[in-house]
Amino acid sequence: MNAQQALGNRRMLTRLSIVAMAMFGFGFALVPFYDHICRALGVNSMVEKSESPADTRVDLARTVTIELDANAHGMPWRFQPTVRHLEVHPGELVHVEYEVANARGAPMTGQAVVSYGPALAGRYVKKLDCFCFTQQTLAAGETRRMPVTFVLDAGLPAEINTLTLSYTFFEVAGRS
Amino acid sequence: MSAVIDSHGHDHGHHDHHGGYSGLMRWITTTNHKDIGTLYLWFSFTMFMVGGVMALAIRLELFQPGIQFFNPDLFNQFITMHGLIMVFGAIMPAFVGFANWQIPMMIGAPDMAFARLNNWSFWLLPFAASLLIISFFTPGGAPGVGWTLYAPLTVQMGVGMDLTIFAVHLLGMSSILGSINIITTILNMRAPGMTLMRMPLFCWTWLITAYLLVAAMPVLAGAVTMSLTDRHFGTSFFNAAGGGDPVLYQHIFWFFGHPEVYIIALPAFGVVSQVIPAFSRKPLFGYASMVYATSAIAILSFIVWAHHMYTVGMPVTGQLFFMYATTLIAVPTGVKVFNWVATMWKGSLTFETPMLFAIGFLFLFTLGGFTGLVLSLVPIDIQLHDTYYVVAHFHYVMVAGALFAAFAGVYFWLPKWTGRMYDETLGKVHFWLTMIFFNMIFFVQHFLGLAGMPRRIPDYPLIFETWNKISSIGAFGFGLTQLLFLYIVLKAIRSGEKAPEKPWDGADSLEWTHLPTPAPYHSFENPPVLK
Repeated sequence: MNAQQALGNRRMLTRLSIVAMAMFGFGFALVPFYDHICRALGVNSMVEKSESPADTRVDLARTVTIELDANAHGMPWRFQPTVRHLEVHPGELVHVEYEVANARGAPMTGQAVVSYGPALAGRYVKKLDCFCFTQQTLAAGETRRMPVTFVLDAGLPAEINTLTLSYTFFEVAGRS
Repeated sequence: MSAVIDSHGHDHGHHDHHGGYSGLMRWITTTNHKDIGTLYLWFSFTMFMVGGVMALAIRLELFQPGIQFFNPDLFNQFITMHGLIMVFGAIMPAFVGFANWQIPMMIGAPDMAFARLNNWSFWLLPFAASLLIISFFTPGGAPGVGWTLYAPLTVQMGVGMDLTIFAVHLLGMSSILGSINIITTILNMRAPGMTLMRMPLFCWTWLITAYLLVAAMPVLAGAVTMSLTDRHFGTSFFNAAGGGDPVLYQHIFWFFGHPEVYIIALPAFGVVSQVIPAFSRKPLFGYASMVYATSAIAILSFIVWAHHMYTVGMPVTGQLFFMYATTLIAVPTGVKVFNWVATMWKGSLTFETPMLFAIGFLFLFTLGGFTGLVLSLVPIDIQLHDTYYVVAHFHYVMVAGALFAAFAGVYFWLPKWTGRMYDETLGKVHFWLTMIFFNMIFFVQHFLGLAGMPRRIPDYPLIFETWNKISSIGAFGFGLTQLLFLYIVLKAIRSGEKAPEKPWDGADSLEWTHLPTPAPYHSFENPPVLK
């Protein structure tokens, strides 16, 4: 390889390295880029505001029974709701609490997964705050009270008058 | 491949061209493109075996319904690592190995443009592979998120995820450096008279692949870096709790991911474009159209990414755009397939092992292309998304496409590399067993997918049992057959018959016409004279 060729090669190396670094930056530029292009073209139906304002009145004429259930899947955690059931009106802000205790002599992390009965009622439960949103790490022997705050949507089909809210804790392996 | 060294030792009677080192240090310090090509190929084969064992673990668990051998968490780790290891550890390094061996010889260059960089590109790989394997032994195990490393799962995984992210960084760095080397070699180091349009098609497909790599790999590096900062530094690119968007990850990943598909496929096209003309004893039909078709595929690959994510809640406008753009890719791909068939048309064909694998490629890759066309259509894809139909589709293009082409390439060039012939009968047995077992594994998976069996789940309802059993038996047959391949290659290197100067009379690129067999350790120190 003569000197001139070596120089040409080195120049090529510099140029292509710049391209590679620019493309690394481009990956990050995609973050705002997607946001802007979706807004400009109106293609992301997810970020659109809903047209009509929601009906937020409390429907006092109707009462729905909420049953609370708790399970710990293969975990040495004592997990239960502080009340088993309660009566609520659609549209009303409801606050319930669960209690969980780690019976193991070591810290443990779990993630709660919710399920609804009947399943189709799930979309009418608007949760504002829930311990199931995040992973819960409990120290050895620790006991914790955790909140769920939700509103039952007034659109809940009339034939549903009992709704079960069931939480199951699963261990998150590798996080203690 | 020790035979290469031996034959040179005898030819020249001295070893100073190995940089003064011998044994292991020779391989660690080597800057010779042939040595590095050999390293890449053996590394790739090792990873192929490691990823293959994981595939067998998956098929073992799926042999019958219920959970028999592995808990679901470990099963997820296997599917993730099988994918990552096969894509980044087996297929990509295999073709970089071919590029290292062949490109300098095919264009009449003495070596790669940056010989030391070349050494470094290779030696990053074993470290990356070790990180991936070590992640199995960390608390929580290897990540079980699938090879696509989707958020938000990646944000929730244990330490194994961090190791995987660093492994992807290293693998990306290795491919980018390798690609820069290949581009520079092809553009700057061609022998006088070797114009771009006279290059063998293998060089063309690699030139375009290398550009794809330089453009796409850094985007993947960016995506996994964002996952890393989401995990540890409080950013919220993908973490919905902090205002991030998990779907954004999919957009960024597939912006890399779809070009990646062609990064794997194009070098395979290149190998097949060398093998088919050689055994048809005709020049490649439509050479120029092949070059343009390859470029068209490369350009289109950057605007079709969202066809991997039709079901994320995309507006119809988006679905239509990506559907039309995707079906458009069938045009240049069709040009290539027809050109290969036209090359064989009225040729004087012989069916040695490389040609068998190339024809096997042609049949099965085209089939995989057709199922790809089916999946590109939004209404059908919504039904088939994440089913075994998709698994069958991409294994037809990855295994029957890339792997078959790699086998064709090894059998085709092994005489040139080692100076010895492989056992033709065993080669043919290897081909037919591979062909039969491959279809046994993956053809039936189309039925499973159409019937609705989801991928990445360790258990399934009883109705899927028969096809799963057949698929699993095929998988074990396929795995064992690849040990035969190892035996064939080792036997050729150790005790193969001496190869004639030009074992394939239809082969016409420089390594066959201007170099002795086996190729000397240093070739084309003086550029060849081209008419």
